[in-house]
Amino acid sequence: MSTLVFLEHRGDELQKGSLGVLSKAVSLGDGDVAGVIAGEGAKALASEAGKFGAAKVWVCEDEEVAQPLPQPRVDVLARVVADGGYDTVLFANSVLAADVASGLAARLGAGLNWDLVDVEVQDGELVGKRPALQDTVYADVGWSGAPRLALFRAGSFDAAAGAGGEPEVVEVSADYAAHSTGARLVGQDSEQSSGPSIEDAEIVVAGGRGLGGPENFTLAEELARTLGGAVGATRAVVDAGWYPYSAQIGQTGKTVSPKLYVALGISGAIQHKVGMQSSNVIVSINKDANAPIFEFSDLGVVGDVHEIVPKLTELIRARKG
Amino acid sequence: MRIAVCVKHVPEGASRLDPGSKLLDRSGEGALNRFDANAVEAALQIKGDSDTEVVALSLGPQKAIDSLRKALAMGADRAILVSDEAAAGSDLVATSRVIAAALEREQPDLVLFGQQASDADGAVLWAAVAERLGRPVVSQAMELSVDAGSLRVKRQTEYGYDTIEAPLPAVVAVSDAINEPRYPSLKGIMGAKKKQQDVLSLADLGVDAGEAGESGSRTTVLALADPPSRGDARKIEGDGNAAQAIVDFLAEKRLL
Ligand SMILES: Cc1cc2nc3c(=O)[nH]c(=O)nc-3n(C[C@H](O)[C@H](O)[C@H](O)COP(=O)(O)OP(=O)(O)OC[C@H]3O[C@@H](n4cnc5c(N)ncnc54)[C@H](O)[C@@H]3O)c2cc1C
Ligand SMILES: Nc1ncnc2c1ncn2[C@@H]1O[C@H](COP(=O)(O)O)[C@@H](O)[C@H]1O
Repeated sequence: MSTLVFLEHRGDELQKGSLGVLSKAVSLGDGDVAGVIAGEGAKALASEAGKFGAAKVWVCEDEEVAQPLPQPRVDVLARVVADGGYDTVLFANSVLAADVASGLAARLGAGLNWDLVDVEVQDGELVGKRPALQDTVYADVGWSGAPRLALFRAGSFDAAAGAGGEPEVVEVSADYAAHSTGARLVGQDSEQSSGPSIEDAEIVVAGGRGLGGPENFTLAEELARTLGGAVGATRAVVDAGWYPYSAQIGQTGKTVSPKLYVALGISGAIQHKVGMQSSNVIVSINKDANAPIFEFSDLGVVGDVHEIVPKLTELIRARKG
Repeated sequence: MRIAVCVKHVPEGASRLDPGSKLLDRSGEGALNRFDANAVEAALQIKGDSDTEVVALSLGPQKAIDSLRKALAMGADRAILVSDEAAAGSDLVATSRVIAAALEREQPDLVLFGQQASDADGAVLWAAVAERLGRPVVSQAMELSVDAGSLRVKRQTEYGYDTIEAPLPAVVAVSDAINEPRYPSLKGIMGAKKKQQDVLSLADLGVDAGEAGESGSRTTVLALADPPSRGDARKIEGDGNAAQAIVDFLAEKRLL
């Protein structure tokens, strides 16, 4: 097996998830593992990738990959896969990586298995582990032909430094397809967290679109206050402007693992689940008995948040005296 | 201008595997993937009362026509269903090939996708289709505006918000925060029946049957297993005393 890992970075930091995938690839112990870093500052990060076990690091600092957009990266990866003869290409899921992986699959006519939580080598064949259908079934998935492309669910592996040494660094440049450079980033708004961090809270009360409107977040806030916890939110309500970005839990937001997670009007999409599934106890209230959130709640309550939550807050307040 | 919207017909309610056959239980009614209603709505808002044509496109079984009718009832002008036994079981490579072939025939200025298919949760198809069409792609759009041959998207990433511009023709996948999809009116539902609905085979698209379905796919499912047990999870339904039940549960878990 010859494996290439897409290493995403922002500024002078490699993204933790992609280092986790790199560590996993190295731990398979089946052939050499290389990384590819594309974008400004790529060269400077190569030795960091080496620490996590990459024997070789391809770096591309072409002008075309200066912005965090997927399509020119497809050109770079296609070149690296061809030059390096890789039969396996691994990605840690992110807004950017998913689009790179999918574009590369089409470019190379290669199989892409997504949402994998693990991978192993069985009788010399790569086998991916994929929870499917709201995680109600676990599938073993494989590939026919090469290269084999895999996109791992956020947070699947811990990054383990110390495995490697100084990597071989290869500078690479690509021929960019006309459509690859059509999209341009024209503005960026980095959000700084404000207020206490929800990542440290022992209790998180999170609200979703089921709250019905921004004004109803007071339901979540009052319950959180009574329980001594912090307030979280789904992407749907953050993007709708109901609650700040810093409170978002999930794939693109924060990962929390409190003692208690209370989900109010949240459907339980996979991308939300990955940010809160390691909570100790999960209680959810949703009016739809079929909502996926019930699949991973310790206590699921089918009902209306507007009726239940005020009563709940009152009962807890009374009990706490 | 022409806008194509890719929509998927998905099993309604929670998708489950049939415990016996281990196949996706598709016996129930299907419905328009709810995330694709956001894409249809986005197309209709761009259209406004201009002469832009909105074409809904789906690859799926015959009954996927129901989801296309819903798109028509919302206000789409025309529907295309690609339905062919030989396309069943298509993975990303094969699906993107078929959908791109259908889009090539239409030459839309803008192709819209939803955020994810609720039964597959891939959230990837658009980038493969854009690659095949040779067009710029922008995903996770929470705001989208189109004018004078270009588009502008605001979207969320792990690092904050990005604003991206791209020339048309282009491909955009919208997020579920972009809008509140309209409900079809009675008039819309009645009118949908009269709108053009084409059902195409792979041959109509010039796609070789071996390039689609399982033979055109490059991924396989090897085995299925039950998920890890969740311990003593409980669910309460129709309980007028739900709040008290939650308090009792929290007390039992020593969380109060
Ligand atoms: C690349 C990518 C990244 C993403 N990243 C994230 C992320 O980081 N975090 C995240 O959360 N999501 C993320 N998402 C989005 C995710 O897929 C879902 O769209 C989102 O989590 C849905 O939010 P929601 O549960 O608030 O809304 P919905 O899915 O609309 O669910 C609302 C729920 O409320 C229930 N409800 C309605 N009214 C009531 C009532 N009165 N009482 C009780 N229940 C009620 C409904 O039954 C429904 O289940 C991402 C998606 C993609 C594609
Ligand atoms: N069979 C299909 N026919 C038409 N569009 C589809 C189909 N499957 C997925 N899509 C579109 O692709 C988006 C993402 O799907 P996925 O990558 O499968 O999660 C959906 O929201 C739809 O817009």
